[in-house]
Amino acid sequence: MNAIEVRGVRKTYRRYSRRRRFATLKSALLSGRVLSDLRPDETFDALKGVSFDVVAGRTFGIVGRNGSGKSTMLKLIAGIGRPTEGTVAVKGRVSALIELGAGFHPEISGRENVYINGMMLGLTKREVAARFDEIVAFAELEDFIDAPVKTYSSGMYMRLGFAVAIHVDPDVLLVDEVLAVGDEAFTHKCLDKFAEFKRRGRTVLLVTHSLDLVTRFCDEALWLDGGVARLQGDPKRVVDAYLLDVAGVENQTLDEEAAERSLPASPAGPDGAAPHDLPSDMSTAVEGRWGSREVEISAVAFAGPNGQPAHVFHSGDPMDIRLQVRAREPVSDLVFGVGIFNADGVCCYGTNTDVEGAASGAMNGDGQVTFTIDRLDLVEGSYKIDVAAHRKNGAPYDYHRLLHTIRVVSGIREAGIFRPPHRWNFSGGIRITGLGR
Amino acid sequence: MIRRPAGLRLLAHLHQLFRYRALIQSLVARELEARYRGSVLGFLWSFVNPLLLLLVYTFVFTVVLPAAHPPDLQPFALFMFCGILPWTWFSSSLLEASNVLIAGGNLIRKVLFPAEVLPIVTVLAGLVHFCFGLPILAAFLIYYRVPLVAADLLWFPVILLIQLVFTLGLALLVSALTVHFRDVRDLLANLLTLWFFATPIIYALSQVPGSVRRLLNLNPFTHLAVAYQEVLFRAGPFTQWPWLLAVGLGSLFVLACGYFVFDRLRDTLAEEV
Repeated sequence: MNAIEVRGVRKTYRRYSRRRRFATLKSALLSGRVLSDLRPDETFDALKGVSFDVVAGRTFGIVGRNGSGKSTMLKLIAGIGRPTEGTVAVKGRVSALIELGAGFHPEISGRENVYINGMMLGLTKREVAARFDEIVAFAELEDFIDAPVKTYSSGMYMRLGFAVAIHVDPDVLLVDEVLAVGDEAFTHKCLDKFAEFKRRGRTVLLVTHSLDLVTRFCDEALWLDGGVARLQGDPKRVVDAYLLDVAGVENQTLDEEAAERSLPASPAGPDGAAPHDLPSDMSTAVEGRWGSREVEISAVAFAGPNGQPAHVFHSGDPMDIRLQVRAREPVSDLVFGVGIFNADGVCCYGTNTDVEGAASGAMNGDGQVTFTIDRLDLVEGSYKIDVAAHRKNGAPYDYHRLLHTIRVVSGIREAGIFRPPHRWNFSGGIRITGLGR
Repeated sequence: MIRRPAGLRLLAHLHQLFRYRALIQSLVARELEARYRGSVLGFLWSFVNPLLLLLVYTFVFTVVLPAAHPPDLQPFALFMFCGILPWTWFSSSLLEASNVLIAGGNLIRKVLFPAEVLPIVTVLAGLVHFCFGLPILAAFLIYYRVPLVAADLLWFPVILLIQLVFTLGLALLVSALTVHFRDVRDLLANLLTLWFFATPIIYALSQVPGSVRRLLNLNPFTHLAVAYQEVLFRAGPFTQWPWLLAVGLGSLFVLACGYFVFDRLRDTLAEEV
């Protein structure tokens, strides 16, 4: 049985031009265009024909970029607004966690607000009374429930709003990105409450940017993109596809950024400084380019698993760093080096041909350097890359300090920097499932 | 949520509204409580406000303008008070209703509940305030020994009900229209001033020349005000009841129109608010 059925839903919002925006009743009456002025002259489709079903008792996640129509979809399902085209059918009582505590009156006590808010959400007075203690305990506001709501902190306000909404005990719960309302402990409590909902066979629809939550909690997921359903199905598959797409867009922007700073022939700034002007310790230097330029790194590129140029890599993928190098004059003292730094400036890894035992280095004319990392075992985040050509004593020919950016995605929020290949094994009475995405 | 014929949908909304009556009740209580929260006199203001108003009019019509009213209407301030009290309910309800959907925009955009609850609550809260003024009125009626006919007093709840229906209809209309045309608010404020003077409240209908009286008879609130004055103030039996019943029928029509317009604009409220 389907708890939610969405069929070919299109939602068109009106956009009024400046002239119309300021049109008043007076001008409408004077020109006799009351009705025509109510008609929009420009429209915007937030949803462009979306269909999907949510089977009763399942937890369903909707992911997508900002402006993809997620929240609009949720509002239509909640019954706030009507689709311009198509139908939305929901079976059972719906409660929407969209704006917590909307409708609280600041001047009256938390107690009265709980009653009024509960009734607004569709409970009877008796039902609120029966759940009152539970609501207050859940919000952890036993000591403050008789104080006016205007004296509450924003956290208390949100907690009370959440507690009321979740205790409406709906058949279908709609959640829009509201889990960031409290401290860690409260968030856990909310997640426990969702899990309890799930166990009791209720339907939950979750709109969130927290992909982690989608893969952990949802039975099914939908990816909305520009008002169109791009993919529906297994949450892991949907999230991966979504991440890949986001990575594609990020690749594009990083590409554009890279193109913007495509190393000019005679760049300004610290470039061309004599060796003794160098920062004494390269690891503390800010971004920039130094060196005497007998040897010049004219292009830096990154490539992914199949040799395609990329700036975004999945954790554990191979990565190539490719340098295009030109020696203006023959040199016989040459070392190539590479460094990886995380966003905090911590050096994750640094090496060069000298420390790895090269006996000598020489170069004449053009050449290419490819530095291949077989497994880029880093946690998710942005990383800055240093590349350099310098003498054995460290005097740079061409040193690119923090000039290049890559992004690593893993879809998991681990701590630290290094992500060693690993697995978990459990034996005895331990039951942990769902690992190993 | 599935598209139904408009008439059926309207009935479904009315039914839903009935289910929310406990909410309306609580919201009215909240409205009254929140209004005087933090003031020293608190709820007493509901009595003190009309009392002060009555004193102001007494001062004006006994000291400043002792001759500006017909001699058979004594005390004239009390006569005016009979009309001003219901008028205050009417005009403040409409003015607040014109703002209530915009002020409650957050609710309408984020919470699923029948939006007509908000203007209804404003009108009912006004009614409660009106009722708080009645003991003051009664006290002065007794003090001045105004001769009341007991049978006439039975009309009082009828007049009240008709005014309630009339105000509700206009409040629904005004609240939904203001969302689309913010100017309704300012327009309404001025219109209400005109309306006040076009209603025999600070003068008696009998003072008005015949040609103008025909015009004033077109004003529904004229008959409400006259009915209040006849029932509460003037001696003799209530003779204007055919007019009152006509206004009653008209009020039902106004309420039906108001609710119909509100229902038609309902879906646009969340977007335009």
